[in-house]
Amino acid sequence: MQRLIFALTAFLLAPLALAQEVAPDALVRSVSQEVLDIMRKDKDIQSGNTKKTMDLVETKVLPHFDFAHMTALAMGPNWRRATADQQKVLTDQFRTLLVRTYSTALSSYKNHTIDFKPLRAQPGDTEVVVKSEVKQPGQQAVTIDYSMEKTAASWKVYDVAVGGVSLVTTYRDTFTNEVRQGGIDGLIRSLSDKNRQLETAEKK
Amino acid sequence: MIRRLAALAAAAVLATGCATTGGAPDPRDPWEGTNRAVFSFNDGLDRTLIKPTAEAYRFVTPQIVRTGVTNFFGNLQDIWIGTNQLLQGKVEYWINDWARVLFNTTFGIGGILDIASEMRLEKHDEDFGQTLAVWGAPFGPYVVLPIFGPSSVRDATGFAVDFYMYPTFWILRNARPEHWVSWRNSLAGLAFVNGRANALAATDVLEQAALDRYAYVRSAYFQRRVNQIHDGNPPPEKSAAVPAIPTKAAADLLEILDALDKERVGGGAVTARETFEPRVPINYDAVLAASARPLHTVAEADSGPR
Repeated sequence: MQRLIFALTAFLLAPLALAQEVAPDALVRSVSQEVLDIMRKDKDIQSGNTKKTMDLVETKVLPHFDFAHMTALAMGPNWRRATADQQKVLTDQFRTLLVRTYSTALSSYKNHTIDFKPLRAQPGDTEVVVKSEVKQPGQQAVTIDYSMEKTAASWKVYDVAVGGVSLVTTYRDTFTNEVRQGGIDGLIRSLSDKNRQLETAEKK
Repeated sequence: MIRRLAALAAAAVLATGCATTGGAPDPRDPWEGTNRAVFSFNDGLDRTLIKPTAEAYRFVTPQIVRTGVTNFFGNLQDIWIGTNQLLQGKVEYWINDWARVLFNTTFGIGGILDIASEMRLEKHDEDFGQTLAVWGAPFGPYVVLPIFGPSSVRDATGFAVDFYMYPTFWILRNARPEHWVSWRNSLAGLAFVNGRANALAATDVLEQAALDRYAYVRSAYFQRRVNQIHDGNPPPEKSAAVPAIPTKAAADLLEILDALDKERVGGGAVTARETFEPRVPINYDAVLAASARPLHTVAEADSGPR
């Protein structure tokens, strides 16, 4: 039994060890491709099943995001003023909000083609920007840039910019305002209210 | 009658404008009260009229028709886009954009097909506001225009010129027969509804993503414009666009730099703090990143192989 568990663990961990070797642009490319392939084939997702899209994002996309870093950047100097507990709740709530948003965005891109631009990076770099373009018929392509950093485990995304609009920067303005008006707990309340509101809207 | 309505609207805007100013103002948005009022006016108009029309349009037209309509107006716009390239001194892009018009108008059957993109003549995105920016005009205060949405003093000026130069208008402006006017209006209406339909996906995301849609749109507007002005390669964020460095974070950074210096042995080498302090402009994002991450990652990043 013990041996079986050991074998299973080794089997489960093997992809993690391999993941370390994957270059950041290759990682984004393969994940995007895989997710889009699934979305195009899955009938439930095609017909607008939000829950299923979110599950897909949760399992395939999210492991490659560093949400604590993302939340810290979006919080700016206020991150340091938050207690460890507040930081945890903030990260959780922000994550929930982004999963939903990301799923919606993905659904609207599912029938477009994505091109990746060659990565400009030195071998020793620990931070890179992976640039991609979503081509839409009749319109200028929309750029999607992933800011990534090398962590102990693998490359992780800590910001996404769509058409030059950075998620982190955009939220930083709002978060700073919310904290100024209602403190860190005020921001937490706004975030969880928003999440609850979206969840009920979806059930209807 | 119209004048009285306008006065009423203006009074309403001013009244709500005074009431809704809350929190510390964004230095880029000194007219936030009025802007918020116009924003919610636009929002109401969009919810009740524009968005439903766009959704109905999307419902009754197949994608291929919408693509054709988008291509058609895009082709007309390419003329003015190309002119702006020339005004900005980008001769290559000017040739590219006018070649697009040439091929799309002829082989693309009046612009309905975007043959040029297949020929790898890329579509660009220019307007007179961007040209003014390239000529050195700053944003000026943020302005939310009725119906047309987020803008700034500079970009609204540019937009007025764009509007005047918009091909559906200048082609038909001096047209004699009366019925041309209704043609022009229908075309402009179609362009507007089609444009709104193209943006439906983006606004759905916005609806979900934003805690305060006004602030979210404003922030996105400034970033997007900077990105457009620099044709997708904006310079790193300048410290002028962000609030002053928090002293705590700055102090932490100096602490980190001092720690790095202590680790480094060897005479004559420039210390990290020396290199940092006098010359390198303080990069706000780097400071934030440094303060957000544990110390050892920063040290690793700084002492890593170059």
